[in-house]
Amino acid sequence: MSPLWIIRRIGFYVLITVVLAFFAVPMLWLASAPFDAKPGLGLRWPDWTLRNVVATFEHPYALTSLVNSLVLCAVATVVTTVLAALAAYALSRVRIPGRDLLLYLLLLLSSVVTGTAAMVPIFVMMLQLGLINSQFGTALVIAGGMLPAAIFILKDFMDAVPRSYEESARVFGASPRQVLAHVVLPVARPGVATIFVWAFVNAWGNFLLPFLLLRDVGQQPAAVLLRTLYDEGGSANLTVIPVFSLLYSIPVVVLYLFVSKRYGFRFHGGIKS
Amino acid sequence: MGRTKVFGLLVACGLLAGCLGQTQSGDQARNADAKEITLTIVANAAVGGKNARGANWIQNWVIPRFTEVQKAKGVTATIKFEQNGTGDEDFKTKVALDLKTGGGGDIIEIDGIWLGEFAQAGQIKPLDEVVGDTGWDGWNQIPEAVQGLGEFDGKRYGVPMGTDGRVLFYNRKLFAQAGLPADWQPKSWQDVLDAGAKLKSLQGVTPIQLNAGSAMGEATTMQGVLPALAGTGRPVYENGKWQGDSAQVKDVLALYRKIYGGGLGDPVLQQEANGRQRSFTLFSENKIGVLLESDYFWRSVVEPKNGVAAMADRDAAVGWALVPAREPKAGVGGQDFVSMSGGGVRVINPNTQYPRQAWEFMQFLNSAEAVKESLAGTAQLTQRQDVNDQVLGGDPMLSFIAEKVLPITRYRPGLADYPKVSAALQQATADVVSGESPDDVARAYREALVKAVGEQNVG
Amino acid sequence: MDSSGLGVRRAVGFVAPALLLIGIFLVFPALWTLYIGITNYQLTGAAAANPQVVGLDNLVEAVRDPLFTNSVWLTALFVLFSAVIGQNVLGFLLAWLLRSVSPWLRRTTEGLVLLSWILPSTVVAFLWFAVLSRDTGTLGLLLGQPETSWLVQYPMTSLIVFNIWRGTAFSMLLYTSSLAAVPPSQLETARLVGASGWQTVRDVVFPHIRGHVLTNTLLISLWTANDFTPFLLTSGGPNHQSEVLPVLIYRQALEGGQLGYASAMSMLLLVGNLAIALVYLRLLRRRA
Repeated sequence: MSPLWIIRRIGFYVLITVVLAFFAVPMLWLASAPFDAKPGLGLRWPDWTLRNVVATFEHPYALTSLVNSLVLCAVATVVTTVLAALAAYALSRVRIPGRDLLLYLLLLLSSVVTGTAAMVPIFVMMLQLGLINSQFGTALVIAGGMLPAAIFILKDFMDAVPRSYEESARVFGASPRQVLAHVVLPVARPGVATIFVWAFVNAWGNFLLPFLLLRDVGQQPAAVLLRTLYDEGGSANLTVIPVFSLLYSIPVVVLYLFVSKRYGFRFHGGIKS
Repeated sequence: MGRTKVFGLLVACGLLAGCLGQTQSGDQARNADAKEITLTIVANAAVGGKNARGANWIQNWVIPRFTEVQKAKGVTATIKFEQNGTGDEDFKTKVALDLKTGGGGDIIEIDGIWLGEFAQAGQIKPLDEVVGDTGWDGWNQIPEAVQGLGEFDGKRYGVPMGTDGRVLFYNRKLFAQAGLPADWQPKSWQDVLDAGAKLKSLQGVTPIQLNAGSAMGEATTMQGVLPALAGTGRPVYENGKWQGDSAQVKDVLALYRKIYGGGLGDPVLQQEANGRQRSFTLFSENKIGVLLESDYFWRSVVEPKNGVAAMADRDAAVGWALVPAREPKAGVGGQDFVSMSGGGVRVINPNTQYPRQAWEFMQFLNSAEAVKESLAGTAQLTQRQDVNDQVLGGDPMLSFIAEKVLPITRYRPGLADYPKVSAALQQATADVVSGESPDDVARAYREALVKAVGEQNVG
Repeated sequence: MDSSGLGVRRAVGFVAPALLLIGIFLVFPALWTLYIGITNYQLTGAAAANPQVVGLDNLVEAVRDPLFTNSVWLTALFVLFSAVIGQNVLGFLLAWLLRSVSPWLRRTTEGLVLLSWILPSTVVAFLWFAVLSRDTGTLGLLLGQPETSWLVQYPMTSLIVFNIWRGTAFSMLLYTSSLAAVPPSQLETARLVGASGWQTVRDVVFPHIRGHVLTNTLLISLWTANDFTPFLLTSGGPNHQSEVLPVLIYRQALEGGQLGYASAMSMLLLVGNLAIALVYLRLLRRRA
């Protein structure tokens, strides 16, 4: 217990405290503004009230938009995760010529499509495919944009699954499908879970695509609804926005907590090769 | 991916891209006798959100009533309402994409200022080309100037949905504290600056809020540059040319310089992402003396019950005055006072399946009964004179707009180039506010203008 | 090679659905966007009726446009300070420090860091307004400077700090798991020979996680370079001082309706991304 050790310990905890504060302080608004009688864009000790909550629940589309978000994101996320896992596994195990180049190209193109410049092509294409106003179609577009990054990250996980496991399984006569389902996926599960959350979070915040592709306000997700909570002069409706922000945040947090408790939330976690 | 596949994609790209400029039109009397019709109305309004009153009106009054009217005539009408409720630019993009691809609602509510752009793109067409005969007794009720909102290049494209007017709002309580009159009407820019100088002595008060900079977007142009420019006697667009670095533009920039360089305005506020909303809050908290806004400020911002920055004592505390020209008689048309106005317009989609019925629906939407109903008991300037006469009486502010402001007001030039010019003007005010000299800024503004609209269009 | 016995045919079957979706919903619109980049296509106005192919004019115009060069510079700053340095260093630091703290402190910290990563960006924008705004902003109150409007007076610094807050979770996760792969015996040896913390990281840890550092840096750089959230906080202002490329492209496309020009700038952004990826590939190959 030298003085130096004590100083270092103190320094260590000061550092951790500062970092904790850095990440915690911005969250305070989400705890105070929804329950404040006069919510503003700044932080203050609230005049506690539940009026805002009541107003939000009375909003005709607030709750349906959250349900829409869940449907839209569930489809996009499941499609992304399943297809990315299959593709990442195959790409990891079989050497396809130009594999890395292909992955990089796709990763780069995904940045073009997620940008605003691509909205005309996407819109016209969806129109020709008859997928305007289809939640499923919109989910597919969102999934298409996320797939390259998902494959890219998952391939890293699959690379890290020891091949000896698969070899043993094959010795016992397992088919490739069984190897994937019963050997590889369980080992790579934290990775798949991570991608699942990542994809969900990304789809959850997407505004422009659902806005352009879904026409019926009763079908639109929460990200779009949040933008409607302004009056014609562009002023924010602060009665509803803070509570709705809170409601809008809960599903992603719950999903994260669930996934992290059940499957672990790690990259390459649990693999000791 | 194989080479043929890439090639195939490129070909498909080209084919689809070829469709982009396509528009279609047809026989104006098509389906005129249909017994079953479907009409869709598109608006930047949403129940429970942006412009909720308009949305409620369409959903709960217009649709059931119009369906009934049609039923009485033996027609089964299905009216759909496509609600939006988002930033104007996002909405405009959506409408443009719809019209471009031959889709979209049958009746679309747009900002009057977009009319020219859509018309030049061929995305909307003159009303009589779309629906044929446009005779309607309602036209008599809509003042000429307001009808102008729905016109482009001398042709009528749509029916206006109402209008507004811009004035100087001031805080009577602060005026009393600063020893200024309770009934204030400045006669020149100098009068406003003088009042500002007195208000400056009050602790924690920003004397004048004249919108500036790009962060405020169109609010800077509409509630800042254009009313000021009108006060110099020369509108931003005349005789086919946009005003460049003229003496008048320099005057306006110098006015900004006096306000923001002389401590009469808050330069930082102009640049904040929520600056405009913040200025509303500050006004309602008695921290801003004078603020140039449209009657929207009175109806929706400081409105005592539901305003976004409600002032319980609005009726006693908030005063209003006409925007003075630089000096008396110096305004456009030799006016002493000036204003600017805008408003929405309903247009009929050239691709509609039911042009005649869409026009009938349009007349219904603009009937005296419907327009009055759309106000839901509140007061607002509508497009119809007869409705205004009935509803504005109880509201001194809005009567003032109708009687004193509308006769002297001007509208923006609804040309496709306008948004670019507006952006250049916003940039110029931003530069002045950040401390550059009005002369340098005027020169840079001219350059930006030439780049945006071409040398031959700058005067 | 093919230890799983997958076989090329079945492998193709596994990859095909993903590629099909990517082909339709990503490659096709992306190539089309690039095509629009060589036209003068606009959303409205006369040029909307009749788009013309203008070849490379848009690219030339962009390169000459001071707004574009300004944007490229800001984007480079943004990526360098918030992602390459900020998220990387803080992410590693957290992963490194949290190895040796009590489980509850570890879980709390990780939870908070992850929360800032998973909250929707619209909500996050509101949170940061509350931190950075004038008069009532938390930061101003904490520092006793309520008069400072951080987003206006220090726009890029604010955005960089914001993005570190927003994105550190990914780096932290990746480093936490890669650190688990460093053999404990080697760390023990380093401790016994009296190596300082920094020496241990440099000589023992880094060689093991080099590949992860590179993967992480590539991904967060690409994500940051294409991040649109700055628009929600500053809209590119004041006076273009925080107008990173995605914001500029958005403003040109939506506010200006200049789709041809915006697409051309997207193309240049793509080239920038390509450059980042090439540097990364080079470094990775050097490792091998």
